[in-house]
Amino acid sequence: MHHARRTTASLAAAVAAGTLAVAGCAGPGTAAADDSVVLDYWLWDANQLPAYQRCADEFERQNPDLQVRISQYGWGDYWRKLTAGFVAGAGPDVFTDHLTQYPGFAERGLLLDLNTLEATADTDYAEFQEGLSDLWVGQDGAQYGMPKDFDTVALFYDTNVIAEAGLSPEDLEGLDWNPEDGGSFEELIAHLTVDENGVRGDEEGFDPDNVAVYGLASNGSGGTAGQTTWSWLAGATGWKFTDADVWGTEYQFDDPRVQDSLAWLFGLVEKGYMAPYEEVGTEPNPQQALGSGRAAISANGSWMLGTYANLEGVDLGIASLPSGPVGHPVSMYNGLADSISAQSPDPEEAARWVEFLGSDDCQRLVGEAGVVLPARPAGTEAAIEAFGERGLDVSVFTDMVEKQQTMFHPVTEEYGAIDAVMTPIMDEIYIGDRDVSTLTEVNEQINGLLE
Amino acid sequence: MSAPSVPRERVRRRRDDTRLALAFILPATIGLVVFYFWPLLRGIWLSFTSWDLLSPAQFVGLENYRAMVADPVFWNAVRVTLLYVVINIGLQTVVALVIAVLMQRLSRSTLLRSLVLAPYLVSNVVAALVFLWILDFQLGIGNQVLEWIGLERIGFFTSEAWAIPTIAVVNVWRHMGYTALLIFAGLQAIPPTTYEAARVDGASEVRTFFGITLPLLRPILGLVLIISVIGSFQVFDSVAVTTNGGPVDASRVLQLYIYDKAFAQFDFGYASALSVAMLLILVVVTFFQYRVTRAGQTDLN
Repeated sequence: MHHARRTTASLAAAVAAGTLAVAGCAGPGTAAADDSVVLDYWLWDANQLPAYQRCADEFERQNPDLQVRISQYGWGDYWRKLTAGFVAGAGPDVFTDHLTQYPGFAERGLLLDLNTLEATADTDYAEFQEGLSDLWVGQDGAQYGMPKDFDTVALFYDTNVIAEAGLSPEDLEGLDWNPEDGGSFEELIAHLTVDENGVRGDEEGFDPDNVAVYGLASNGSGGTAGQTTWSWLAGATGWKFTDADVWGTEYQFDDPRVQDSLAWLFGLVEKGYMAPYEEVGTEPNPQQALGSGRAAISANGSWMLGTYANLEGVDLGIASLPSGPVGHPVSMYNGLADSISAQSPDPEEAARWVEFLGSDDCQRLVGEAGVVLPARPAGTEAAIEAFGERGLDVSVFTDMVEKQQTMFHPVTEEYGAIDAVMTPIMDEIYIGDRDVSTLTEVNEQINGLLE
Repeated sequence: MSAPSVPRERVRRRRDDTRLALAFILPATIGLVVFYFWPLLRGIWLSFTSWDLLSPAQFVGLENYRAMVADPVFWNAVRVTLLYVVINIGLQTVVALVIAVLMQRLSRSTLLRSLVLAPYLVSNVVAALVFLWILDFQLGIGNQVLEWIGLERIGFFTSEAWAIPTIAVVNVWRHMGYTALLIFAGLQAIPPTTYEAARVDGASEVRTFFGITLPLLRPILGLVLIISVIGSFQVFDSVAVTTNGGPVDASRVLQLYIYDKAFAQFDFGYASALSVAMLLILVVVTFFQYRVTRAGQTDLN
């Protein structure tokens, strides 16, 4: 989730990655003048900073001997800064961690096992939303992260656009999809597509080369995980990324089910129902497409709720993903967690902060901010309520988890290298220069990286 | 036998000079060793290792180089970089030469010279991002204009065929003033008398250009080419902020691939091997350029 986006600022800082180590010289866990331990905590989402600052304030009130210093860096800088911090021994004590990154850190012994620290040893992981903590158990059985939030995917739309098409929000419920003819989901997308002459995609004389409104917003090719782009299509066929829920040793891109799903999705370009690669480029912006009326429906993750809700002139509606050949919809289920750096000079103190981050107290505070869906049910409830106050029914996102209609984000070794191979290939498929069947060879190549 | 006092003094003075010279050279030498030679040697050493920054480097011999020779992305990066350099330098040199000659023959206004240099004052990243918006497929004014005059929209940064030419031209726009100024300085060194002689002989403006300006400009032009070709091979920032190597691998230039390998995949050993390969390419290219343009010699004698 939280796709890597390069901004000018992040890039400029990234270029200077070599010097970043110097920037963090203050060092973690520096004892303050009054002998209280200062813990450095890093996160990347600016929207969540106020909520976590409230958590930190509450934590400091309960623990006068500890201080928490929060730093926020944009996604692009975050990982380079973190790596530079590890190299220089000047990283944070505790940091927000991502599934695509933590296997590499764990492998190099840079993370502490939460089970070995006093404050977090007795954590009951069953109290979190189902399955979330499993994502953070390493191959060695160690717990490398305390679940903090979760996300699923759903369809965002503008109620006004749906009404113009002579439909009501009810028409978006109970849709079905299959990779052969796209089912009622494709019919809907076709109907919502309008060409320059006002002809709809399912009407006679529709011109797929001059489209004014695309039925489905493009979010790019999706790379290896296709979190918001194609994972929910392929997942609804019963396909799984790897041979195991976590720590799979073989990817399964040679499966015709994923290949057919990709062929269907990117085949929408030729039909005129989705924007071509040429239009969206490497920085797709589906929320902008929805906001400007360029696209009618946009599949995106729950972490984007705030952004979509703030679109001007859009009367936001949220619908469930279409159900697939397995008989129900399938969303990717992913979550972030807090990890403790093995370099922290105060691991036991860091564990107390992590324990608090994973408590009802903190997660309720985060939930009340209405930005993300916290990992503990009490926090989730608070978030549902906070979103509800803004007129947003987020039950679509939470229902998927309750009904277990989810699949995990892939967690394997060598994810960075695999993603570097897969992303250009997925782009090529989107552009239309590569046949999906070639993924069979690609699959062999990436599985070779895992050996 | 007493030696004459004059030579002794001379000897002493020479000894003093050496010390002084060493003192003057020292700071630059330290800088050169610490910031150039040491990183260079370390980079070459790292290219024989497998190193992910976080665990100790392991010696792997020629493994990285073997992988590189078999790596299609590397060869694609070489091809893409060469394509970029050819378009960028070819266009830039011609445009800059024309500007410089016009500046010399038509107007010597300082204001005009400053204006020509203006794009160079814009940072690479800003220039690239401004053009990214101007040439955006959907929203860019560039594509709006194309549509108004009845042409098809073009995915300047988002189609494989256009990505490299677009970035190359954007960088021509940014660098042409600077290059023109360098060439202009070379033109100033040509004695006006040769032009007077040409005029007396009744040579046309074109004949003068090819008969006098170009041959006498050769050493300067050679040096300008060498500098700008090296700079061109190292293109990175304008690619990173616009296409990030895409679509697919269409603009994955060498520097970007090195950066990806090092800072996105933490494969510093392989990235170092790629850097060494790039260094070798530059050494060869520069050597031939120097020989071909005879940049070290002048015809002005």
